[in-house]
Amino acid sequence: MAKKATRESYGAALVEYGADKSVIVLDADLSKSTKTEMFKKAYPERFINMGIAESNMMSVAAGLASTGKTVFASSFAMFAAGRAFEQIRNSISYPNLNVKIGATHAGISVGEDGATHQCLEDIALMRTLPNMVIINPADDIEAMQCVKAAIDHKGPVYMRFGRLAVEDINAPDYKFELGKGVTLSEGNDVTIIATGLMVGEALKAKDMLKNDGINARVINIHTIKPIDEEIIAKAAKETGAIVTCEEHYIMGGLGSAVCEVVCNTCPVPVKIIGTDRYGKSGKPADLMAEYGLTAENIVKNAKEAISKKA
Amino acid sequence: MDKKRICELSIIANKVRKNALTAVYTPNSGHPGGSLSIADILTLLYFEVMNIDPKNPQNPDRDRFVLSKGHTAPALYSVLAERGFFPVDDIKTFRNISSYLQGHPDMKGVPGVDMSTGSLGQGVCAAGGMALSAKLDNKDFRVYTILGDGELEEGQVWEQAMFAAHYKLDNLTAFIDFNGLQIDGDVTQVMNPTPIDKKFEAFGWHVITCSAHDFNELENAVNEAKNTKGKPTAIIMKSVKGKNVSFMENQAGWHGAAPNKEQYEQAITELDEIINKLEVEYNG
Repeated sequence: MAKKATRESYGAALVEYGADKSVIVLDADLSKSTKTEMFKKAYPERFINMGIAESNMMSVAAGLASTGKTVFASSFAMFAAGRAFEQIRNSISYPNLNVKIGATHAGISVGEDGATHQCLEDIALMRTLPNMVIINPADDIEAMQCVKAAIDHKGPVYMRFGRLAVEDINAPDYKFELGKGVTLSEGNDVTIIATGLMVGEALKAKDMLKNDGINARVINIHTIKPIDEEIIAKAAKETGAIVTCEEHYIMGGLGSAVCEVVCNTCPVPVKIIGTDRYGKSGKPADLMAEYGLTAENIVKNAKEAISKKA
Repeated sequence: MDKKRICELSIIANKVRKNALTAVYTPNSGHPGGSLSIADILTLLYFEVMNIDPKNPQNPDRDRFVLSKGHTAPALYSVLAERGFFPVDDIKTFRNISSYLQGHPDMKGVPGVDMSTGSLGQGVCAAGGMALSAKLDNKDFRVYTILGDGELEEGQVWEQAMFAAHYKLDNLTAFIDFNGLQIDGDVTQVMNPTPIDKKFEAFGWHVITCSAHDFNELENAVNEAKNTKGKPTAIIMKSVKGKNVSFMENQAGWHGAAPNKEQYEQAITELDEIINKLEVEYNG
């Protein structure tokens, strides 16, 4: 099966869908890592290197967008959502400007660089912003299409990409729909709701649960905001228990978003898999295991959620 | 500039000052000091320099203005109203819950406002983005922005200073309202931003120093900026915070405090006297 990092898809998609001359790509001296160098090669006149200055980059993006440009501002998630949060809030999200934030190297799977570079709070930060759309694609196919959807959507979009190569979980004819969750597997005993690279783990967990006679539904939430309330409410009602999994802090991420929906529609037990401490250096797979971001931990939590059913 | 035109612009600038004070007085909230210090340059920009049309505020080829020191929105709203972007009377709704005139400039709600600002340091960077856009499209619109001297303490101002020089944004002109005062006092005591001229020069900008209250000097500076190729221009305007209201001049305390009824009436009387003199001069 094909394996590709979603940051690679980001670079490729910018080239594929960025032919319109209104598309401008900014990067803060990380184009080799964020893969915007692919766009730079294809359209050098529309690629702007901002140097290592993310605050200025976000405000410049706002200025460009105010003149009618579709602007992609790219950096690592930590320095995009983290360092430049207030610029995103006041100069981009508040005036609802057409800026797409391409945030790569999100999550603990960054690996060896360690805690300072492992952004585990970006979803929480971006979720608080009115007007902001958040997309966390699971594989290459989805990541490519999410860039296209971001271009078509008028307004700010935060796209979360990973450093680590991930297997394709979607079929080549997959059609990405902004704001719509995807049911990858039907089941009525419990629902596993995952985002990003945890979708692959969710599918493995589903197979493991099947061996224990448990039929798990698996839902991929690629658009975390606005979230697909309907698919979540339906899952709560039909399966009675939910496990969420994400490469993010427990607070404020996908799990929180799902709980907000479940509380308002059909209260059922929800187990949230995420982290509650800073990351550290290590090989990505070892870190994922240590922080509980594995199919095995999903299975354990799924069983706990089922045991708490009313 | 001929004397009659200077007289006309001075009258408008002092009307802008009156409206700015009315804006702050009505809700008992806002920033009068720095609004009064930039009234002259705003008047020059909107009545003499900028290619703008109040009937078509979204014209893509218009010149842009970004009030990087967004807290002095009363002055910006007043000049926009005087220029015909919206009724002058609306100024009285400033900061009111049912008004479109937000406490800091809101590009989505106020005709003529080109960028939402208020968080210091960000406006000048957005202005740089607009200037870059003009360069990318080979358009000849220019971008003007006003920063406070205290605002220069924000680090991202210098990120933009580096950027605008690097990309040779000679269509960008940044005015520094050098009134020497910020909320906590004298800028050189709080966090010294001087020498401002040498800093911008070192970053690769063309630098001009002039009075913020002399239309001839301001106009010459703007023209010099227009004729400067290959680099952005910083115009450091030596200004008086609270200009033309005797008890507000050079007082840090009037940065963000509204006048009471008595103070407001005295200020309006003083400004009316100035306007009356100017009208006599104009008609004589």
